[in-house]
Amino acid sequence: MTYLAKPKLHHPTLPKNARGFTRRDYEGKISTLCAGCGHDSISAALIQACWELDIEPHRVAKLSGIGCSSKTPDYFLGNSHSFNTVHGRMPSVLTGANLANRELLYLGVSGDGDSASIGLGQFAHAMRRGVDMTYIVENNGVYGLTKGQFSATADQGSKSKKGVVNTDSPIDLVALALQLGASYVARSFSGDKEQLVPLIKGALSHRGAAFIDVISPCVAFNNHAGSTKSYDYVRAHNEAVNRLDFMPRRDAISASYAPGEVIEVTQHDGSVLRLRKLAEGYDAGDRLAAMTHIHAHEARGEILTGLLYVRSDADDLHAHLKTVQVPLNRLAENELCPGSGALAALNAELA
Amino acid sequence: MTAMKARIAAVNDFVVKFANVNGSGSASANEMFARSLLRMGVPVSPRNIFPSNIQGLPTWYEVRVNERGYLGRRGGVDLMVAMNPQTWDKDMAEIEPGGYVLYDSSRPLPPSKFREDVNAIGVPLTEMCATRFIDPRERQLLKNIVYVGVLASLLGIEPEVIATLLGEQYKGKAKLIEPNLDAFMLGLHHGRDILDDVIDLKVERRDAVGKRIFMEGNAAAALGCVYGGATVCAWYPITPSSSVAEAFQKYCSRYRVDKATGENRFAIVQAEDEIASIGIVTGAGWNGARAFTCTSGPGVSLMTEFIGLAYFAEIPVTIINVQRGGPSTGMPTRTQQADLLSCAYASHGDTTHVLLFPEDPHECFEFGAASLDLADRLQTPVFLMTDLDIGMNHRLCEPLQWDDSRRYDRGKVMSREDLDSGRDFGRYLDVDGDGIPWRTLPGTHPERGAYFTRGTTRDAYARYSEAGPDYVYNVERLLRKFETAKALVPQPVERKAAKPTRHGVLYIGSTSPAMSEAFDALQARGLQVDLMRIRAFPFSEAVDRFIESHDHVFVIEQNRDAQLRTMLMTEQEVDPAKLVPILHFDGTPITARFITEAIAKRMENKVAPIKQGLVA
Repeated sequence: MTYLAKPKLHHPTLPKNARGFTRRDYEGKISTLCAGCGHDSISAALIQACWELDIEPHRVAKLSGIGCSSKTPDYFLGNSHSFNTVHGRMPSVLTGANLANRELLYLGVSGDGDSASIGLGQFAHAMRRGVDMTYIVENNGVYGLTKGQFSATADQGSKSKKGVVNTDSPIDLVALALQLGASYVARSFSGDKEQLVPLIKGALSHRGAAFIDVISPCVAFNNHAGSTKSYDYVRAHNEAVNRLDFMPRRDAISASYAPGEVIEVTQHDGSVLRLRKLAEGYDAGDRLAAMTHIHAHEARGEILTGLLYVRSDADDLHAHLKTVQVPLNRLAENELCPGSGALAALNAELA
Repeated sequence: MTAMKARIAAVNDFVVKFANVNGSGSASANEMFARSLLRMGVPVSPRNIFPSNIQGLPTWYEVRVNERGYLGRRGGVDLMVAMNPQTWDKDMAEIEPGGYVLYDSSRPLPPSKFREDVNAIGVPLTEMCATRFIDPRERQLLKNIVYVGVLASLLGIEPEVIATLLGEQYKGKAKLIEPNLDAFMLGLHHGRDILDDVIDLKVERRDAVGKRIFMEGNAAAALGCVYGGATVCAWYPITPSSSVAEAFQKYCSRYRVDKATGENRFAIVQAEDEIASIGIVTGAGWNGARAFTCTSGPGVSLMTEFIGLAYFAEIPVTIINVQRGGPSTGMPTRTQQADLLSCAYASHGDTTHVLLFPEDPHECFEFGAASLDLADRLQTPVFLMTDLDIGMNHRLCEPLQWDDSRRYDRGKVMSREDLDSGRDFGRYLDVDGDGIPWRTLPGTHPERGAYFTRGTTRDAYARYSEAGPDYVYNVERLLRKFETAKALVPQPVERKAAKPTRHGVLYIGSTSPAMSEAFDALQARGLQVDLMRIRAFPFSEAVDRFIESHDHVFVIEQNRDAQLRTMLMTEQEVDPAKLVPILHFDGTPITARFITEAIAKRMENKVAPIKQGLVA
């Protein structure tokens, strides 16, 4: 955390992407979060992912709820519109925004309190509807802004900084998202940028509800011994099922893998997800198997990470509602208003 | 029938009430009765009084027949069609002396069940249907058509009119026309051949309906949203507002489907609750689509956090509130105007919202479209405050109108060209002095115009700020914006008494037709009052002038706490002693008789000061 403004000047040798933007063009304001906060690493991963994908910053709309994580959209993509909504209700606002203009990319940023506690209902229904979005939960198991209360993702038996033991069962948002019909489900760790950046890229390219649960330790209130969301604990218990390489288009494939090691998933926009298998027999296309696998590892106290499920031919809410291809917010009077003639006919019917 | 009894005699001016059991198929028969009078050119206003239930509980359908065009409830019943033994005693008690009760005499009722001063007309409906029809379901359903036939004969309704209506109702279902027609003729002949002329209430053909249409307010409000350009509707089922969303779906399917592709130029989401509904509408409004939700009081309660956010973040939002009685079930299927305060000041912090008060379906349509313009122009939540009485009943009203040259007022939205021209963009900057700032939509420009939307912690350029002066600048600007709204909202409508008077009456919404009738009734008694129907909040200057020009102003509203009066006191700083509350809040629509008596009592006994409202 710093109070110094970032210099506006860019180094002339900074690499540019296909759109002519440097990474700096995807930055936002200086973070006001605590030094070492996992959330800042996620913001950095988002910046990296958007830069690598050649996304025009203004084509992204960022929405968030309330909490430390929900403050972060101010710290990346400064040329994107952003909406810091109310606690736990980002999903509905994002849904409405998405309905208004289907052409933008929608990024929902939330926390474990915001999504699993107060906002569980909206989280669930946005997943059910298949809203085309990338929904990231920056999951640290505590309420940071109100100083360290447990959230609903805190593991049973984990200890707070003040020594209180959590007795409630945890909510696993990944398992929920899978059950509710999210078509891209991943978990990662804020300390593992190698894994996180391609997962975000895959999510941004996915059509439908893409959900990433990112374990993001809270250095102020949940990074002590006895916590199951600390850097040390997550590093020790992290079990990756696969490693993802994101290829923007099929013809760009260049990496070489031994046969049988890699699964390729082509998404609707032509991008290819190359999954390097780490766990024996894990199939990210099998929803039921993924659910079983997650639960089995959870029972062993392991945190399963990677791309846990993807359905490449998923539909989204617009497809369900059969809306026109033109964004609804761009339709003009002649496309919306039936006019006086139709009204005269209706009056005659109602007379 | 004893010839001794007095008999109310009237032509085209009486009240018929049908007491039924819900789920028994009475609704369509009763509605056909009402429509038949309209086809004979006689104005009617029917009202459903129904329970929160699907089958088995009492339900009533009250039809005011009046050729002068009074469409409010009058009060009292001249003819009761008593088909529900559960409510017999209560229904009998409601009949005017000299009135009539038509009942099913298949089983004898003890004399104690009747009134000396009410004319009883027994028709063995169950018996007649059992003899004529075989199918038990038909026997039950057609009983309703049989009593319509009896009424047609006794009141003088033209049988051809009913036959035509039956034909229209069962168009394409020829099999159903025959038994219905048969049942109707069965009743008609029974009336003609067996009963003689036992009712002195008569219907005579007139030409008093004119070009008026017969429509429910909820459908009209939905149609207003179609014409007004709403593309996103998010809602959660709640009586009495659900039919707004259903009508929006119906009209959109008719008018907003691309013929070439079959794709929809609208999106309707039945959300998981009212919080999500208003969240979706807020998100769509933020992103430049016209969006609305429809709900009732409990839904507004759930929405209030978002309403506050939309107010402070200055996002266009339209909320249709079809008002009803209080929480939970029961009274919610009855009407009230009891959400004025909860909507005007919905949410935390200092908030004030724009409310529109339509009087009938015609205005539901007009104000529905207007509220979308106002929300965009003012960048704020706008409430369309209708109620169950207007929303869920068919009401005769002026035909709907639309001017094809009308353009949507999208308000102050900066385009890519505006931003390229170098115009200064401060999201919360009052550049025009009207309190309304300019906004940009997401995705407009690669480098300019993006901003971070928050509730309150921002300066005029949308930068994070917790500084007092920034907050004060912002909320004082919101007050200026509310002042601007006064001239933009629908202005009040005045009606002067025949002679100059120091007495005025203020009222809103569905009170209107009963008030019009009461105005004439008071005039007939030599009591002069000037009327002003308020059509929106914030109250315009015309309201101040009206109050100033009268010594006493009756404030008539359908709630317990005199909410409109409270708003007049606090917002316009009117001396409370000057505002005399007249309150009706038992869940039934206010009647002309109630208003007439309440005002007459006060005018004849001098006006009682302070808050001593007459209570229903």
